[in-house]
Amino acid sequence: MPVNPDLQGRVFPETSPYLVGREKIREFSAAVLSQSPLNFDVEAAQAAGYPDLVAPPTFGVVIQERTLEQLLEAPDAGIDFSRVVHGDQRFTFTRPIVAGDELTATLTVSSVKQLGGHSMVTSESSILDATGAHVVTAISTLVVRGDE
Amino acid sequence: MSAALDLASLAVGDVVATRSFTLTRDTLVRYAGASGDFNPIHYRDDVAVSVGLDGVLAHGMLTMGLAVQPVLDWVGDPSLVEDYQVRFTRPVFVDAESGALVEVAAKVGQLDVAAGTARIDLVVTGNGQTVLGKAQVRVRTPAAAPAAAAAAAAPAAPAAPSA
Repeated sequence: MPVNPDLQGRVFPETSPYLVGREKIREFSAAVLSQSPLNFDVEAAQAAGYPDLVAPPTFGVVIQERTLEQLLEAPDAGIDFSRVVHGDQRFTFTRPIVAGDELTATLTVSSVKQLGGHSMVTSESSILDATGAHVVTAISTLVVRGDE
Repeated sequence: MSAALDLASLAVGDVVATRSFTLTRDTLVRYAGASGDFNPIHYRDDVAVSVGLDGVLAHGMLTMGLAVQPVLDWVGDPSLVEDYQVRFTRPVFVDAESGALVEVAAKVGQLDVAAGTARIDLVVTGNGQTVLGKAQVRVRTPAAAPAAAAAAAAPAAPAAPSA
């Protein structure tokens, strides 16, 4: 079943605010084998000029995940999750995420393409802080494998 | 630390950082918990095999997450990273007993000394085979960082010069 081409251009509702906690940053940083004190030590982060612990660059995936759920669960999307493979991923930063940030995200489907039997769905999740300022945009292409 | 970002002293092709990581099944379970990605292909051999894989594989986002670290350590300040992208080209299988070895080499791919930006290309291998394609990190010198971004991240920081 191909992905619904009408998804292209669709904008999903903004996600509910996600409050970035220190312990979540520490947990995520340890999980990606970070050794940077900025990810673990508040004093080190503040000495480097940040208000609080700094999240690793790929932490935005935690927020993006909530938007991708909206996409995968859209009843008319036609996306069979068991056939989904992550094709590529990109983060474009205005600034790093820090502990205390309250983040919301809005997903826009930028393109739906067919390549052979596969569908490629590219989406952009724009992540903003509580003031509405841009923090990072997470762009990913999901490959939905066709019947084999 | 950001003294390393003296772009004039760099040449395209220079290796600016390397690091290797040993992944075990434990690493994958930790990443699953921290990221919320509980796809069983990352911790159950039976499920992985049932969908046609050779065995349990690392989350692509775990590989992406660790591969950028040598660049961050080299740059010193994470706010100098403008953009980071990868293409997932081959999975990293993580053996239940011996785990997997992921090696990263960060090379200068492109330089724009006048603009104060550089593209760092990551060569990332898992068990000796390239696993990421077009893995690129765009960095900027402190002088090229927009003042607004510096202010948002660090109100009390020594301010980046506003152009």
